[in-house]
Amino acid sequence: MSFSILGTGMYVPDHVVTNDDMSKLVDTNDEWIRRRVGVGERRLSTGETAADMAYFAALRALEKSGCAKEEIDLILVASVSGEDISPSVACMVQNKLGVTCPAFDINAACSAFIFLLETAAGFFARGKVKKVLIIGAERLSRIMDFTDRSTCVIFGDGAGAAVLGEGDGYMDAVLHVKGGDDVIKIPQFQGMSPYFKGEQIKPYIHMKGQETFKFAVSSICHDTKELLQRESLTWDDIAYIVPHQANRRIIDFAASMLKVPKEKFYLNIERYGNTSSASIPIALDEMDQKGMLQRGQLILLTAFGGGLASAACLVRW
Amino acid sequence: MVFEKIAEMIAEKMDCEVSAVTADSKFNEMGIDSLDFMEMLMQLEEEFGIEIDMGEEKLETVGQLVALIEAKQA
Repeated sequence: MSFSILGTGMYVPDHVVTNDDMSKLVDTNDEWIRRRVGVGERRLSTGETAADMAYFAALRALEKSGCAKEEIDLILVASVSGEDISPSVACMVQNKLGVTCPAFDINAACSAFIFLLETAAGFFARGKVKKVLIIGAERLSRIMDFTDRSTCVIFGDGAGAAVLGEGDGYMDAVLHVKGGDDVIKIPQFQGMSPYFKGEQIKPYIHMKGQETFKFAVSSICHDTKELLQRESLTWDDIAYIVPHQANRRIIDFAASMLKVPKEKFYLNIERYGNTSSASIPIALDEMDQKGMLQRGQLILLTAFGGGLASAACLVRW
Repeated sequence: MVFEKIAEMIAEKMDCEVSAVTADSKFNEMGIDSLDFMEMLMQLEEEFGIEIDMGEEKLETVGQLVALIEAKQA
């Protein structure tokens, strides 16, 4: 038994931060950010935690799927920006929902939503669950370096959720990891130990732009082709590609390398920035709200980021 | 052959004449930013079936890039 996506939900903070607002914090401007990254504005939390946003997105996904919260057998959350190391964001979502099922977090940075889907698939395959709630939730503003103009203009806050139920919609996935911390790194606070002599690195997102760009484009091209080949499909069979919304230029360039029309790629980075693990479920929920998704359509998800991890999966909507 | 390919790519990307690109042309002076440069490298890797190491990309001029690619092909 596999699963189908029964419903999706999203939440973004109300507070809109424009590129002009960012240009008051660092030396940058609207034209540069739009051309280099493709972001026009982002939503940044003025109080919501990652767990709050996860909870709000979950409520909408539960409502849309017609699933009562008591029916949920498992909660899986991905976040790199949760406020607490413990309890996990998933535990706090369980708490806020007032349910009793198991709940835990997975860290695969920006690729995590597909890692959540693949993990959930294991529980369904073993017949351990009938309904699973998965959420990507990020308050990236907590780990953005607002003095670094090369990174802080990229990211935004938000959460996306999906309720999964028994079915055959989830078809196949590829997961890849090339472990290392030299391209993307988000250090934790290193602590106050008087004995620790290691380096103190600022606990913010550190990213090498060119290397990230290359890994991202290579991952999209490689992972999607691998998946299509394995399933004996062509690009014509795919209704939409929903990429992790990292940077518009990554997606545009990957589309040109793959020779796939750009229109097949769903893009909303212009309005939300890069919301890491939340970007794919937010995109799916928007597409659903716009009526773009029809039952039976094949949707290809592709993601890449810190780890370095990348993944792609095929979903029959 | 390598030079012609790179000149063509730059002309298309930057919307200029192929003849405006010389071996001494500097990427930053032509308005090619780091992501443009990355895109070019990836296209060249595919075109010539080579792999360009990220550590090698302290390249300033078209001539330096041509030399690097020709060395990889040899």
